[in-house]
Amino acid sequence: MAFNVQEIRNDFPILQREVNGKPLVYLDNAATAQKPQAVIDCIVDYYSTYNANIHRGVHTLSQEATDAYEAARKSVQEHFNIKHDHEVIFTAGTTHGINLVANGFTGFLSEGDEIIVSALEHHSNIVPWQMLCERTGVQLKVIPIDEKGVLVLSEYEKLLSENTKLVFVNHISNALGTINPIAKIIEMAHQQGAAVLVDGAQACSHIKPDLQALDVDFYVTSAHKMCGPTGVGMLYGKETWLNKLPPYQGGGEMIAEVTFEKTTYAGLPHKFEAGTPNIAGGIAFGAAIDYLNTIGFDQIEAHEHELLTYATEQLTAIEGLKIYGTGVDKTSVISFNIEGIHPYDIGTIVDKLGIAVRTGHHCAQPIMDYYKIPGTVRASFAFYNTKEEVDALVAAVKKAKTMLT
Amino acid sequence: MTIQEIQNELIDEFSMFDDWMQRYEYMIELGKSLPLIDEELKTEDKLIKGCQSRVWLNAEIKDDKVVFTADSDAVITKGIIAILIRAFSNQKPEDIIEADTQFIDEIGLKEHLSPTRANGLVSMVKQLKLYAVAYQAQLNDT
Repeated sequence: MAFNVQEIRNDFPILQREVNGKPLVYLDNAATAQKPQAVIDCIVDYYSTYNANIHRGVHTLSQEATDAYEAARKSVQEHFNIKHDHEVIFTAGTTHGINLVANGFTGFLSEGDEIIVSALEHHSNIVPWQMLCERTGVQLKVIPIDEKGVLVLSEYEKLLSENTKLVFVNHISNALGTINPIAKIIEMAHQQGAAVLVDGAQACSHIKPDLQALDVDFYVTSAHKMCGPTGVGMLYGKETWLNKLPPYQGGGEMIAEVTFEKTTYAGLPHKFEAGTPNIAGGIAFGAAIDYLNTIGFDQIEAHEHELLTYATEQLTAIEGLKIYGTGVDKTSVISFNIEGIHPYDIGTIVDKLGIAVRTGHHCAQPIMDYYKIPGTVRASFAFYNTKEEVDALVAAVKKAKTMLT
Repeated sequence: MTIQEIQNELIDEFSMFDDWMQRYEYMIELGKSLPLIDEELKTEDKLIKGCQSRVWLNAEIKDDKVVFTADSDAVITKGIIAILIRAFSNQKPEDIIEADTQFIDEIGLKEHLSPTRANGLVSMVKQLKLYAVAYQAQLNDT
C-alpha cells in the first residue's frame, strides 16, 4: 500500500478538530499517540456486543471475549516475534511491567550485587530500581551520556562485572529521541551473566523490535504510545525468567488451587495477570498493532525520518535555538530551547497557535541536570504528521521568540 | 485602592485588546514592572511548588499591610505574578484572605486558572493567601 499521509489522517477523528481557533497540530506523540477509528470502534464493539468476563465463563459471550483477548495476545506475540504466547504478559502499562520485574528480583539479589541503569532513563525506569536497592542493599550504577545525548559504551563496559545482575535501559530516550544500541548492550551484559530489561515505551510506535533476535530477557511497553488505549501494556519475559519470578499480585485468575493452607499458582501468563484484566484495552491493543502493521513500519520509519530531517533543518535555522540529543541514531523527537527563553514560555505561546508540544523535564530530570537546563520544549512527530505541520511549528516558534525577547 | 478596585482596573485595561496575542504581550510587559524579590531571598524556602518555571515569592508586613515581592525565570509566569501582586500587595491580610481570583478569567487568561496547568497560578494564589493568614494571626496576637 502506498503511503498517503492525508488518507491516514482521515483515520484519526481527533486530527480534524481545532484548538484555540486553529487546526490542531499534535506534536506530543511521545507522551501519547492519537487513536485511529479502528481502535475506537474496537472498544465500542466490545462493550456493545460481547462484554463479558474472560477465562472462566462457559457462556457464549465469555467465550467470544476470551477468544478476542487471546487473539490480541497472539497479535502482540507475532508483532514482536516472541517465541511463546505465554511469554506475553498483559499489564497496565510500562510502569507496571517494570515494577513487576523489579519486585520479582528482590529475592534474587543480595548485598554486593550491582544493577546498572542508563543516564537517559525516564523516572519510571529509575525509581522502581532505587526502591529495589533500598530493599536489597544492592548498588545502582549509571551509564553516562556524552554531549550528543548518546550513551558512552566504553564507560558501560567498565561498570559491568561479575557482580552485575541486571541492566535496564530504554530502547529510545523519551526526552531526546536517542536510539540506544540495545543489541550491543544486551550482548555485553550477557557476557557477564547479567539479565537485561529494555523499556520500549518510546520505541514501539517508531520501530518493530524482534525480541528473539535481540535475545533480551525482559521488554516492556505501553499500548497508548502505539495508537492503542491507555491502561494496558505488555511485559515480555523469557519463559525461564517468568517461571523463576514470583507473582507480583495475588488474586483471582492467577491461581491453580486455593485452600487456606496453601495456594498453588497458575501457569504462564496467568500467574502475572491477577484479577479481571483490562479486557477491552487488551483487545484494542491488538487492533492498534494490526492497524500499525497495515500501514507498515518501513513506511512509518521512512516518513518519520523525513519529518525529523526537515524539522531539524528548519528549527536549526532559528538563531539561538539549540537542539538537545544530536546522535546519529535518533527517532522523530526534537528537544530544544532558545537562548534566554524559558521552555514554558515557548510552550504557552505555541499552544495559543494550536500546536501541542511538551515542555518541562519530561520525567527525565537527570538528563536536564546533565545539560544544566530546567527543561526543554519537545516536539515529537508521528507518521500522521505532515511537513505543513512542521512549518506551522517553525512559524509558531519564531512568533514566540519575537514576543518573548 | 481596594483589591476589587484594582481588579476592575485590570479588567478595564485588558478589555482594550482584541486578541490573545495583545493580551499576552501586555502581560509580558507588566512582568517587567514586577516588584522584584531581593536576590539573597531567592532561596529554596521562597520557591513555590507546582510550577514548571521557578517562582520565588516573599512577603513583609508594613503598616499592617502585606507587601509582596517575587520573581520567575519565565516571562509569562512573571507577568501572571505581576498581575496578582498588583491586585494583592499593599493590602490588609484580612482583605487578601477574602479576595477571589475571578478577574483572571475576566481578563482572558482563564487557561492559567486550570489547576492541572503546571504554571502554578493556583499554588501562587494559595501562597499569597497563606502569607496573609500568617500575618493575620500575628496581628491578632498583638
